[in-house]
Amino acid sequence: MELIQQLINGVSLGSIYALIALGYTMVYGIVKLINFAHGDVFMVGSFVGFYSITVLDLSFVPALLISMTVCALFGVLIERIAYKPLRNATRIAALITAIGVSLLIEYGFIYVRGAQPEAYPNDVLPTDKFDIFGVSINSQSILIFGVAVVLMIILQIIVHKTKIGKAMRAVSFDADAAKLMGINVNNTISATFAIGSALAGAAGVIFGIYYIKIEPLMGVLPGLKAFVAAVLGGIGIIPGAMVGGLLLGVIEALVSAAGYSLWRDAVAFVVLILILIFMPQGLFGKNKKEKV
Amino acid sequence: MTTIKRAKGFWLSISLSLIFFAIVQVLIGGGSLNPFYQNTLMFIGINIILAASLHLIIGITGQFSIGHAGFLAVGAYASAVMTMKLNMPFTLALIVGGLAAALAGLIIGIPSLRLKGDYLAIATLGFGEIVRIVLLNIDYVGGASGMQVSHLTTWPWVFASVLVTIIVIRNFTSSTHGRACISIREDETAADSMGINTTYYKVVAFAIGAFFAGIAGALYAHNFYIIQPSNFGFLKSFDILILVVLGGLGSLSGAVLAAILLTVITTFLQDYPETRMIIYSLVLIVMMIYRPQGLMGTKEITSMFKRKGGSSHENKNTAA
Repeated sequence: MELIQQLINGVSLGSIYALIALGYTMVYGIVKLINFAHGDVFMVGSFVGFYSITVLDLSFVPALLISMTVCALFGVLIERIAYKPLRNATRIAALITAIGVSLLIEYGFIYVRGAQPEAYPNDVLPTDKFDIFGVSINSQSILIFGVAVVLMIILQIIVHKTKIGKAMRAVSFDADAAKLMGINVNNTISATFAIGSALAGAAGVIFGIYYIKIEPLMGVLPGLKAFVAAVLGGIGIIPGAMVGGLLLGVIEALVSAAGYSLWRDAVAFVVLILILIFMPQGLFGKNKKEKV
Repeated sequence: MTTIKRAKGFWLSISLSLIFFAIVQVLIGGGSLNPFYQNTLMFIGINIILAASLHLIIGITGQFSIGHAGFLAVGAYASAVMTMKLNMPFTLALIVGGLAAALAGLIIGIPSLRLKGDYLAIATLGFGEIVRIVLLNIDYVGGASGMQVSHLTTWPWVFASVLVTIIVIRNFTSSTHGRACISIREDETAADSMGINTTYYKVVAFAIGAFFAGIAGALYAHNFYIIQPSNFGFLKSFDILILVVLGGLGSLSGAVLAAILLTVITTFLQDYPETRMIIYSLVLIVMMIYRPQGLMGTKEITSMFKRKGGSSHENKNTAA
């Protein structure tokens, strides 16, 4: 029973990773850039949610929507200012810029508001406990998982049924060809950043409600782990990010359950290195041959 | 003819640096250099070693590694264990620190042969974090509360280490092996098809870079009174990265200059850590947008004093 309990915790944590990983994977799929600042967008989303709930006195759903909107705009802003001038630069230059943007957001945020943590109010979502077959499930876990699933379904609909989704898929397949077919590549890339960042914002609010404590450097570790999740599922592949996120959450929960909770963070990176060595294309990816 | 000229230049730089060493040594001995400046000087030396060692991995071989703090940590802890737990002399601790880090470099370097670009960056970042978490969980070295280390790092040690690091890396770069590494940086697949054993050179570059990072770690550990795993997080790796990026990916003298410049800036901004990080991050972003090749590009400072045309063999391309 203890095991099932841990699995449920793992799935809740994993759905947060999955939401962040979706942004990584979408951005990587379209501009081949590891957006290091994505974890910090997640942090900003968490704080926007926090201020919406405490200062504006909003309930969960409006706070979530505000946070997603703010993060979407923020993501587009980052892309336009920092990444757009580097569209044709080397990958290392882009990666270094992304690291710079990440540090700038973190320390700029600390500079403005200080480094002290905040505590989410704990009455945002009902915290009833259900007992099902001897396993007590927190209603928060169910709601969090539900919100994550709904957002992922919406994302799938956007990517596969709408015009912008079609454009995104076309640009990620071949940006030059897409341009020749009359697709506005710049707008499509911005839309990708907007959608990915909105999901990170949602993950931030969910994280705050689930783990209570938030602080300006909170995005670093979940951001890196979400990247691990994206690589695990096969970077650039949307269902892969979801499965990777959930899998990583479950692995972490199992490691904690086995009594090695101090090693939890290391396990994620060990998983990353093992996947990179033995299966660099990820669980859902195809093996590609490189050409000279 | 050129060999004689080059040898002349080599001995000139060596004697100039020895004169500099002697002046500082006299100033310290005479007590006219207060501990604050002494400390800054040590810090500059340690950062030069770190910058030079990472320069070999990123600037010369083109392997984008952002887990350098991991090697620093391995060196720091290995040497601290030698002096504090096993009562070995500092010289031995220094070498063991370097060797332990080189071993770590081999361990991460061998799997890295299958990875490129961003993937390697993330893997090395993960490696750095694993080192930190492992140290956090070993009670023998004090876990999160860290380890007490006596102050053994002195100016002659720092100076000698810097000198050896620069000579070794400079000579490695201009040797056949260094040329092979540069060819990997420019185009790995093409280098491979020209018969260069890319795996071998990548691993060698990693191991040498890690060795010197380990030496820097040993000096670092014995310069402070306590070392903690939190000193070696990826912020430290980024600190080292910015030295190489600012100096120019592929320029040893650039890395050294950036190390001196940024250490001085850091020292003055000690009381304002956020401001320092904001400046660092802005430097990274603005640099990558407007001058991605860094201050020096792939040029060395010596080539600036040569007559026009003398530097025609210099590589015009930027790293990676």
